[in-house]
Amino acid sequence: MKILVCISHVPDTTSKINFTDGDTKFDTNGVQFVINPYDEYSLTRAMWFKEKQGATVTVVNVGEASTEPTLRKCLAIGADDAIRVNTVATDGFYVAKQLAEVVKNGNYDIVLAGKESIDYNGQMVPGLIAGILDYNFVNACVGIEVDGNSATISREIDGGKEILSANLPLVIAGQKGIVEESDLRIPNMRGIMMARKKPLNVIEAVDFETKTNASSFEKPAAKSACKMINADNVAELVSLLHNEAKVI
Amino acid sequence: MSVLVFAESSEGKFKKVALEATSYGKKIAEQMGTNVVVLTINASDTSELQNYGAEKIIKVTNDKLQNFNAKAIASVIKQVANKENANVIVIDSSANGLFLAPLVAVNLDAGLASNVIEAPSNVNPFTVKRKAFSNKAFQFTEIASENKVIGLAKNSFGLVENSVSSSEEDFTPTLSDDLFTTTSTSVEKASGKVTIADADIVVSAGRGLKGPENWGMVEELAEILGAATACSKPVSDMDWRSHDEHVGQTGKQVASNLYIAIGISGAIQHLAGINASKVKVVINTDAEAPFFKAADYGIVGDAFEVVPKLIEELKKFKAQN
Repeated sequence: MKILVCISHVPDTTSKINFTDGDTKFDTNGVQFVINPYDEYSLTRAMWFKEKQGATVTVVNVGEASTEPTLRKCLAIGADDAIRVNTVATDGFYVAKQLAEVVKNGNYDIVLAGKESIDYNGQMVPGLIAGILDYNFVNACVGIEVDGNSATISREIDGGKEILSANLPLVIAGQKGIVEESDLRIPNMRGIMMARKKPLNVIEAVDFETKTNASSFEKPAAKSACKMINADNVAELVSLLHNEAKVI
Repeated sequence: MSVLVFAESSEGKFKKVALEATSYGKKIAEQMGTNVVVLTINASDTSELQNYGAEKIIKVTNDKLQNFNAKAIASVIKQVANKENANVIVIDSSANGLFLAPLVAVNLDAGLASNVIEAPSNVNPFTVKRKAFSNKAFQFTEIASENKVIGLAKNSFGLVENSVSSSEEDFTPTLSDDLFTTTSTSVEKASGKVTIADADIVVSAGRGLKGPENWGMVEELAEILGAATACSKPVSDMDWRSHDEHVGQTGKQVASNLYIAIGISGAIQHLAGINASKVKVVINTDAEAPFFKAADYGIVGDAFEVVPKLIEELKKFKAQN
């Protein structure tokens, strides 16, 4: 089984979000980048397949050379090799097109991604890859089992869960549940040493016209101070929620 | 040219997100000087859509579409978009909407903008405002392609009443077997419970409650308010509450009108999942808890004293209103 895991290189959750160049560019100054948490769940599930059912695991990122430490971290966790598509990740469709090329050329059976990245939160790339390749696709996946050529997948729906079946090849957008938090792995020293020797292939992007572009960014308006209510006067909270906030 | 809205229904009834998407589609159509067309699948009574500006309603009735099937519905949307000459497609951000939108974008070779929270600031170039960086910023995105797919964020544009007389038309899509290669085998849904996804009010509690045996008052508070119950990540990690209740960065996203956090300190990962909610109330013993900085109303106090009082006050309030 050949598995491809799509990895986004994203600012750590605790990063300060600022913009430069007249609010047109994200300010990476002093920002710590990490494996996108949703992708990490999917990568961990891929490692499970590798160890329990036998699979090769390739990780891929669309980005510039600055994303390579994130790919090396995936190799240290246990992926076999890495691919970086050398280009600036502009919009979701452009990234998906690049990833679809990698999938097509590598003949992968399962493409695993996170359901969203925590930077642009687009929630679109996995579905776009599947659409471009006409592969089966399940979004918001919270469980996947593979038996031969067929997979049983559960996905989160509003207020519950749905169980689906589909044949490979398959694109999966994973989230917590595909593995649990406690299953996530911290690379050990041996993994880190081995990761240095594993192949990280850099390939060039295919031409594709970008359909959207980010014209500018804006930060939310400063929040007004929290209105404090005395613990002995809970009635005032009820009155404020009704008369002022108008939410009850 | 027209604007096409996919109005999702469940057991024949429209969800609030479908009515919000319809309101939004009507607004874009006005901005573009064109009409809005609303597509429904297996919804018997479509009259509710007329209250939100649906000028034309296309009804598809087909047994094959009884279960949600993203690939098949994306194909239906494409067929209707072509027939109606629609180049802007509006899809909500329910679990099904998020599943559908990228497939529709590929079908129509359309630029896709998700998490859109407002009417376009401009229709030429077509520019929309979106949530980004887990609600810590907004991004203005221009969609340059001829066809455009808009993923509308939940509880963002709101419902806008706009009564129109609608025309209705039945449509029979072509549904080939290769659209049904992913099949639903079962659905597990908690019945009779308000879901976090649909709730206007969410009552959430954290480690400050000290143990799962103390959730009775949280459930009682939620029941009085018609709210969904939720919890912080440590609580679900310790199995005090089901994982389905975990809200935050890697859990469920909440965009409710009111979010009440009891005994939750407000770690940045938690806030990332809930800060799209409109009004936040925090009850915590620690006056220094970071959550107070993100809250609209706060009470410093012991949850075991404050919550029962709040329940009493709400009962009085409900009796009078």
